[in-house]
Amino acid sequence: MKSLFAKMAMATSLGLGMISVQLPAHADTKVGLILPYTGTYAALGNAITDGFNMAIEEAGRTDEFSIVTEDTEAKPPVGLAKARKLVLQDKVDVMVGVVSSGVLGAMRDFVHQSQTPLIVANAGNNLATGENCSPYIVRVSFSNGQINRPMGTWMAENGIKTVYTLAPDYSAGHQMIESFSAAFTAAGGEIAGSDFTPFGQTKDFGPYLTNAQSSGADAIFVFYAGGGAINFVKQYGSFDIKTPLYGSGFLTSPLYVAAEGDAAIGVRASLHYIPTLDTPENKAFVDAFMAKHGTMPSEYSVQGYDAGLALMAAVDAGGADKKNIAAALPNVSYVGPRGALEIDPATNNIVQNIYVYDTVMGDDGLTQKLIDTIPSVRDDVAGCQM
Amino acid sequence: MDASFWLLQFLNAMQYSMLLFLLSIGLTVIFGLMHFVNLAHASLYMLGAYFGISVSALTGQFWLAFILSPIIVTLIGAILYYTLIDRMRAAGPMNQVLVTFGLIFVILDLVRLGWGDIALGLDAPDALAHTVSFWGISYPAYRLFIIALGLTIMISMWVVLARTQIGAMIRASVENADMAASLGIHVGRLFFVVFCFGCALAGLAGVAAAPIFSATTTMGITILIPTLIVVVIGGLGSLEGAIAGSLIIGFLETFGAVLLPSLSAVLTYILLAVILVLRPQGLIPARG
Repeated sequence: MKSLFAKMAMATSLGLGMISVQLPAHADTKVGLILPYTGTYAALGNAITDGFNMAIEEAGRTDEFSIVTEDTEAKPPVGLAKARKLVLQDKVDVMVGVVSSGVLGAMRDFVHQSQTPLIVANAGNNLATGENCSPYIVRVSFSNGQINRPMGTWMAENGIKTVYTLAPDYSAGHQMIESFSAAFTAAGGEIAGSDFTPFGQTKDFGPYLTNAQSSGADAIFVFYAGGGAINFVKQYGSFDIKTPLYGSGFLTSPLYVAAEGDAAIGVRASLHYIPTLDTPENKAFVDAFMAKHGTMPSEYSVQGYDAGLALMAAVDAGGADKKNIAAALPNVSYVGPRGALEIDPATNNIVQNIYVYDTVMGDDGLTQKLIDTIPSVRDDVAGCQM
Repeated sequence: MDASFWLLQFLNAMQYSMLLFLLSIGLTVIFGLMHFVNLAHASLYMLGAYFGISVSALTGQFWLAFILSPIIVTLIGAILYYTLIDRMRAAGPMNQVLVTFGLIFVILDLVRLGWGDIALGLDAPDALAHTVSFWGISYPAYRLFIIALGLTIMISMWVVLARTQIGAMIRASVENADMAASLGIHVGRLFFVVFCFGCALAGLAGVAAAPIFSATTTMGITILIPTLIVVVIGGLGSLEGAIAGSLIIGFLETFGAVLLPSLSAVLTYILLAVILVLRPQGLIPARG
């Protein structure tokens, strides 16, 4: 119950914070935050919002940006309706957000036709910066391929010969595993077996885990996020599976790794950000985040934070209106908590380091230990024509 | 696919069946007895998991959580009974479904306010946190415990329903409530007791499932559909139906997942459709 009051107090203060942001004296740029605040991905939406607000507040530019938030519920039709509302009714200059690859797919044509710049702060759908790329869609988070391709090569180079893969059966799951498998086999590895589990329905991974172990593969590589990741890692631990577990870093995201407990120790994963990066930019970010929220930041908060930085950089370079922001966004580059970042104008996807890390037990619970850095990972143009 | 593969998957199927049984038995007996469709039953399962996690976090005792959480859920069930369920009894199935469906979302948002959106985990008690090796396989002790728990409840419920006076009263009321009442059975009180017992089992299922599945705000809604399918396949209102239904769904989903992964998501629904066409009353329905 203590937590209830803490949450309520937090919600109240957050609400007050938003009101003060929504009623600025002279706002120049109107921003639509389009994120899931209910449903499976609600925690992600909140983390991204916190990060975004933090960037604007740190820069002391809250007066410059007025913010309208809309809840996509992580459902494609709802997301599209909310995007229409933000553009046509609220007349926002720029939209920031989108967690689900499905919602991004649904919004894509509308965003493109209405010529409203969209800063994608999570959804990794490869197509959005590939075949279906748009000069108005810039992604500061990651693409599904970008996180997993380097890990495929890295694992093959580090002595792993055969891998069994598992992921949920939906677009992001397929994109993550396909890009991993392609890179892994290209580097000489072999896929011993592969299962896609029904998306959002599988709670019991016991059958899949025991199957993967009996395949005799050197390692298991998986993509799971959120509640699915927690279940998967805990069950991996409880079955005492001897095959080492590797994954897309969302598997042991700092946002929820605590719920996975000891089972997460030794899981090795690749991600575009871990909070233990030893750089001055990251240390300053982590300290500021800890001071404000009392928890470690996650990749989601950083994505929100960097979306804020990218937006401010674009406004500084171009102007505060729709057209200038859209023109300036693909050319922004800066050093953020993740390291040096730039947008690749050929795809409008971010170019960034990918970090291979172990989850280890630290002094205050589970933490991330950096193993290797794959610098400046850039996506292939893959059919993108601006 | 050697013997150990089949044994492992058999245990996986049993473990899932037992959780389904704990949930569906409450739902089906409440329906059989009161002709009341309580969709919010699955929300009580979710509350069981969350209260279990909170009690365990506050006291550090898993077993205390294991006992207290079903009691808390039963109290909530009793409050719901007197404030909503009882007065909806005569309102007809459509209104009951609407009210209890609405209740799902109310409870969901209350849980989000209280515990937040991030999934929470619960560690299995130390005594069961290891794996047990037998017949060439090793299996998590906690999952064996769930199988044992489900079987124990299954057998004790059968004994109570088939061999005791209260069991006879419940069976009589399921078959013909008016006749049972005229024979001197206090049907209303019996309903309340059975309703509370169903809630306790839902809470128990929740706290028992938490170490395996972790607690999320969507867990109630996701388990509701398999539970309803179990009830429909087994036949409304009967213990045997709930046993048969949960075993069929548990085994179908588990073996479907490993043998026919691409079909596993639809297998259950195909079976549901076949049963509804060939035997709409379910495999082993209660009489009455």
